[in-house]
Amino acid sequence: MKRIRWLLPALYILFVLLPIYWLLNMSFKTTNEILGSFTLWPDQFTLENYRTILTDPTWYTGYLNTLAYVLMNTLISVTLALPAAYAFSRYRFMGDKHLFFWLLSNRMAPPAVFALPFFQLYSAIGLFDTHVAVALAHCLFNIPLAVWILEGFMSGVPKELDETAFVDGYPFWRFFIRIFIPTIAAGIGVAAFFCFMFSWVELLLAKTLTAVVAKPIAAVMTRTASTSGYELGLLAAAGALTIVPGAFVIYFVRNYIAKGFALGRV
Amino acid sequence: MSGRTPNQKAWWLVLPVVVLVAFNAVIPLMTVVNYSVQETFGDNQFFFEGVTWFEQILHSTRFHEALQRQLLFTAIILAIEIPLGVAIALAMPRKGAWASVCLVLMAMPLLIPWNVVGAMWNIFALPDIGLLGHSLNALGFDYNFTRQPLSAWATLIAMDVWHWTSLVILLAYAGLSAIPDAFYEAAKIDGASPWAVFRYIQLPKMKRVLMIAVLLRFMDSFMIYTEAIVLTGGGPGNSTSLLSIDLVKIALGQFDLGPAAAMSLIYFLIILLLSWVFYAVMTRDEAQ
Repeated sequence: MKRIRWLLPALYILFVLLPIYWLLNMSFKTTNEILGSFTLWPDQFTLENYRTILTDPTWYTGYLNTLAYVLMNTLISVTLALPAAYAFSRYRFMGDKHLFFWLLSNRMAPPAVFALPFFQLYSAIGLFDTHVAVALAHCLFNIPLAVWILEGFMSGVPKELDETAFVDGYPFWRFFIRIFIPTIAAGIGVAAFFCFMFSWVELLLAKTLTAVVAKPIAAVMTRTASTSGYELGLLAAAGALTIVPGAFVIYFVRNYIAKGFALGRV
Repeated sequence: MSGRTPNQKAWWLVLPVVVLVAFNAVIPLMTVVNYSVQETFGDNQFFFEGVTWFEQILHSTRFHEALQRQLLFTAIILAIEIPLGVAIALAMPRKGAWASVCLVLMAMPLLIPWNVVGAMWNIFALPDIGLLGHSLNALGFDYNFTRQPLSAWATLIAMDVWHWTSLVILLAYAGLSAIPDAFYEAAKIDGASPWAVFRYIQLPKMKRVLMIAVLLRFMDSFMIYTEAIVLTGGGPGNSTSLLSIDLVKIALGQFDLGPAAAMSLIYFLIILLLSWVFYAVMTRDEAQ
């Protein structure tokens, strides 16, 4: 029993890696080879697909646009969620429970429902096709998530820390920034990870709110798929490159991911 | 949330969040409500229709079919992903380098943009050039997800299991890591069976994170759109037209804003209601 325990995770990881392997395999092939023959390994190994993406501005600006709004969103979500999470974890105030549930209920709003009204709203305030628009729109589901995660981490910090600091005469904001934030650094890392993740993978709202200037990589991919025929090799390479930033982020927070939701509460 | 001091000034701390989320949530929601009770023939002319659209949607077979498909899909997803995720988390190494390697590899699908997930599974499952489709056909299975509803469903479910089981694993693993070693030692001294350890130590300790996992998987599988539209486009026919796919078809394909808005609201309310039921059922024991 003990000896075959590793089998299940190992098989699952194999299952996780298979489609990724296939994507990478295709990204190193020419489109002709992909359509012409079935090979487990590229016959004519080529980096041409990657070269096209990294030198053609219509492609690489897609990545830059996506990174821009994802980072902006992560920054806004975590910064605003910090004081709010502190309030939920430390104070009782009128309507606090309802407010918390209302915040979480926004995590349940299907983006498909909001796509059209979002387009109208952000056009009306003149932010259509800007990075800020997408960053703000993604706050709809990322702020509730960040508040939820941070509140869990903060409730794990004993209240005596705050009380001692206030007795010592620390003003609130100095205590919050100098003492409290460093104490929950791990929680901030986890919250940032989840914000990054959900903003990076979301496409429907990002695509609805952009046209040319702030077009995300995902939209570039779908448009290429429909206009320039079926350039599978190129699409596979573009897809493979979207995995890179995520892989970096995971690597940095690998020791904290597991903690993230363990402390979070409903 | 116990032991908190009453302080009405705390509202100032939550105000920025409330303003921003309200801006994103309330205005679009009111727009949807507005559309849902009106009829438009273009030219920005609107006519009040009352609850006509709601009645129409609630009585339409198309909506009923989409809702049934959605419920079936979500039920299958939860039935597979939750037990599988818990089983894998239990079998994973508790600490050390291998635990990190497992976590990093397993978290990969979570960070791939959803349209790429769909595109990836598309080229993975295509019967002629995909590894999965080609292999299945070589083994003698008649598999073609662009033509057969059953294959399309199987592929869609396999994709979602691939995409999201990792989240359940991460959560369950987090719950397990929080159990002190002393618990296991005590169980060993008592001569508890592995099943008893699972039933009386691990499962109760994982309860909260499992609740989060079930809620998140329920909500997200109910909202699935991008991956499914890229993989199957709702086809073949309407066989994989889940709720959000059907909704976007009505709203943007046919530009029937009124019915689409009414359907959006019904859809949102179903998610809220079911989430609340899940939440209430799962926290019932704690309240007693």
